[in-house]
Amino acid sequence: MADLTTLRRSPLTHLADRMAAASVSVTVSLSEVPFLGMVSLRVEPSTPAATRVADVLGAPLPTGCGETTGDDDRRALWLGPDEWLVVTTGDPVVLTRELDAALGEDPGLALDVSANRTVVELAGPRARTVLEKGCPVDLHRRSFVPGRAVATTLARVPVLLWQTGHDAYRLLPRSSFADYVARWLLDAMREFNG
Amino acid sequence: MLLLTCPWCGPRDETEYHYGGQAHVPYPEDPAALSDEEWAQYLFYRDNPEGPYAERWSHSLGCRRWFNVVRDTATYEVLAVYTGASPDSQVPGTPTPGHPGGPR
Repeated sequence: MADLTTLRRSPLTHLADRMAAASVSVTVSLSEVPFLGMVSLRVEPSTPAATRVADVLGAPLPTGCGETTGDDDRRALWLGPDEWLVVTTGDPVVLTRELDAALGEDPGLALDVSANRTVVELAGPRARTVLEKGCPVDLHRRSFVPGRAVATTLARVPVLLWQTGHDAYRLLPRSSFADYVARWLLDAMREFNG
Repeated sequence: MLLLTCPWCGPRDETEYHYGGQAHVPYPEDPAALSDEEWAQYLFYRDNPEGPYAERWSHSLGCRRWFNVVRDTATYEVLAVYTGASPDSQVPGTPTPGHPGGPR
């Protein structure tokens, strides 16, 4: 089959230049991490099927709100008591096939939803200050640390918020909200890049 | 702004939730046997107490799960958050807010 990846456009291609221009590494920077693979996963926890799924992922499934497990190749984010999002730098089609095989005949779901969301990376010493202008979750170090990810809102629209490093956050808005989220962040960053 | 404690996600702002009306309204055992008036009573008529009121909430922008809250309609104080039929009959396997194994 022809390689179709050359034809695809990420939801924030049109703002790449503006995001680069607004980024100042000593305060806060914004960029899109396009085309990460994402797989929606549902399975009853603590069942043999969940164990087989964990073997595919290489790490046990997160059990509570905010938890993530795995590595960059296959990272599972907790979305609900029986629902996860697996973010992968690899091929989501292959991962979906492997997870589907692991579920077998047991109840569950593995679905490639890579086009559902895009990933926006906000990093720098002022990243938390920028997010706190529009996010209701407590992002203070006492309750939110690297490795945690929650479903919440930013500027009133739903996003997944995932802290990847001490000063680095990934936001996963739906593709249709990506333009709004990026423009809202550009505006919120203005006081730090003037 | 209400600060509601989701049984799975912990305390979150009211803006992350959707309201689901009165809790524990049983579906009629034999809907076809109801008169129009009885059906309307089931569909549209709800209690409106001044004081504790059991209601349904959905953490629609978080874990998307439904749960029940007992809220004082006069003071807005949240008296209980639970899953299942009553605060005393927490569904096994679901976390209890503020208890070991529950959300942080």
